Amino acid sequence: MDSLNSLIDGFGTALTPMNLLWAAIGVLLGTAIGVLPGIGPAMAVALLLPVTYGLEPTGAFIMFAGIYYGAMFGGSTTSILLNTPGESAAVVAAIEGNPMAKAGRGAQALAAAAIGHFTGGMIGTLLLVALAPTVAALAVDIGAPDYFAIMVLAFIAVTSVLGSSRIRGLASLLIGLTLGLVGLDQMTGQQRLTFGSLQLADGIDVVIVAVGLFAIGEALWVAAHLRRTTGEALPVGRPWLGRDDVKRTWKSWLRGPVIGFPFGAIPAGGAEIPTFLSYVTEKRLSKHKEQFGKGAIEGVAGPESAASASAAGTLVSMLTLGLPTTAVAAVMLAAFQQYGIQPGPLLFEREPDLVWGLIASLFVGMVLLLALNLPLAPVWAKLLRIPRPYLYAGILFFAAVGAYAVGGEALDLVILLIIGLIGFGMRRYGLPVLPAVIGVILGPAAEQQLRRALQISDGALTGLVNTPFSVAVYAVIVLLLAWPLLRKVIVRRRNVSA
Amino acid sequence: MTTTPTTPATPAPEKKSWLREHSELGVSLLLLVIGVLVLTDALTMTVDITQRGPVGPKTVPVVVGAGLLVVAFLLAIDVLRGGRGEAEGGEDVDLSEPSDWRTVLLLAGVFLAFAVLIGPVGFPVAGALLFWGAAYALGSRHLHRDPLIAAGLSLLTYVVFNNLLGVPLPGGPLMGVL
Repeated sequence: MDSLNSLIDGFGTALTPMNLLWAAIGVLLGTAIGVLPGIGPAMAVALLLPVTYGLEPTGAFIMFAGIYYGAMFGGSTTSILLNTPGESAAVVAAIEGNPMAKAGRGAQALAAAAIGHFTGGMIGTLLLVALAPTVAALAVDIGAPDYFAIMVLAFIAVTSVLGSSRIRGLASLLIGLTLGLVGLDQMTGQQRLTFGSLQLADGIDVVIVAVGLFAIGEALWVAAHLRRTTGEALPVGRPWLGRDDVKRTWKSWLRGPVIGFPFGAIPAGGAEIPTFLSYVTEKRLSKHKEQFGKGAIEGVAGPESAASASAAGTLVSMLTLGLPTTAVAAVMLAAFQQYGIQPGPLLFEREPDLVWGLIASLFVGMVLLLALNLPLAPVWAKLLRIPRPYLYAGILFFAAVGAYAVGGEALDLVILLIIGLIGFGMRRYGLPVLPAVIGVILGPAAEQQLRRALQISDGALTGLVNTPFSVAVYAVIVLLLAWPLLRKVIVRRRNVSA
Repeated sequence: MTTTPTTPATPAPEKKSWLREHSELGVSLLLLVIGVLVLTDALTMTVDITQRGPVGPKTVPVVVGAGLLVVAFLLAIDVLRGGRGEAEGGEDVDLSEPSDWRTVLLLAGVFLAFAVLIGPVGFPVAGALLFWGAAYALGSRHLHRDPLIAAGLSLLTYVVFNNLLGVPLPGGPLMGVL
């Protein structure tokens, strides 16, 4: 087993004291961020990008992965104890978890969620180990046309699958692409949208866009609608599970990843859809259907396991194809670009230490998370009492630090504020933020691949579809675009035959 | 400005002006302006370098600019037909209250002040003012605790970034004295 050997090497990397420290910092920060309202994992990773300027890549990505997984763990604590999920992935946990907490079974709900995350994350990461090298090997000789096709797929998927309105998704994507255009053209050095400004000629740094949209935009949006009375978290003891509970939940824990992992790997919005599907499945299969909605423990265990497994699935697409399927993956991709590393099939050949160290650290992180979350859940719950003015002032503060650290320019702070105000407007009018971020990060790369592909083919447009891989990707895109139409036809047929 | 995610079918009990009801047209207008800007910039570009292939530095901006115009148009139609973007919820977000513009403007002002001050007075002082000002704008009224936390956080961040992580921040005159 080739990947098994690589994984063992990876543990060698992950278990060095420095990297263990980064993993520990990552999961601690991640859990705190997951518990804290208002901060999502994408915002956290974006705010931490500047910290990594002085860090070597392996440590940075180990920390980021810890944050991603940790935020999943922590998010369910808030859902269960406060009944106000911030992350869409944690919505389902509130449906059953909060009634359980109200009925005095909060400890069991937290335990079912934590162990669910652990199981889902473990199974998902094992699948990542098994699948990622194979996918990378299959995709290893993909060229410019294929990369371009993948990026078009990412654009179409984030605009048409996510959110309720395709037009608004598309508007957001175009705003992102426009921001990505600012600066010198990478191939000819032509100035674009710089308006003669020297500072704009360098382009707008991805960090500033990500921090502006995720952190400033969110802080301003919350500030405009700050809840004057914050809900009280329900008191809870140390999480534990009785024998009966384990009997009811172990199958749910194992079913979660089956749903979560594949949905994480495709650009379908991360953990939102699989957690919901898992919930519906658990409800259908449960022997205690009457308890659903009133605190059924399976309804916590299954979806939470699916959520963590979907995070592992997301990493498969990101590492092997360079395709970000969630906001966190998009920001991590930006971090790869900062280091001059191109995620994609060659990553496994060129940076084996980094990739396998990262994957091994996921296992380490999961064990740390279980140890942190089971006994310490009541301590984490105390974080919910932080005064909101401090929380959001802190977000603005660290966003400012991050944007200034990029280049030491006060102008960057003004650009950050403008992008933050755009982010505010997008939240007000229901434009999803993710397409804009994907547009900024992938836009310039997509343009380069497009032009490279057309140079190779000497300008013939067939140069974009001359590989089986790219044709397959375009077929998927057509399916995605035609799906609403197809669904209408199918529904009508069914109605006719019924 | 209304903050409730208005569904098209429900008539609001209080009478709102047509413009308020259709404030989302502003998004459309903004997209239109950006689209025109991108297109003008692309079409006035002088390409003197000979290029291989049909795609030069102009092509993608032209496509993006045209896309913006089309989306601006489609969005306007959607809004006029009664479509509404749904305002985003969250743990600390209360959408039943109207937008608090005073807080948003105060925060933006505090942030701009930070951008102006960081050069002359350095990060530790400007950062502390940013945190204190933002906390004040958000409703915190602890006369002694707020500035202390702000100063502590700012100084700590300065030391961690500047001295431990190797990300330089301007110390300003204060750090020159210390």
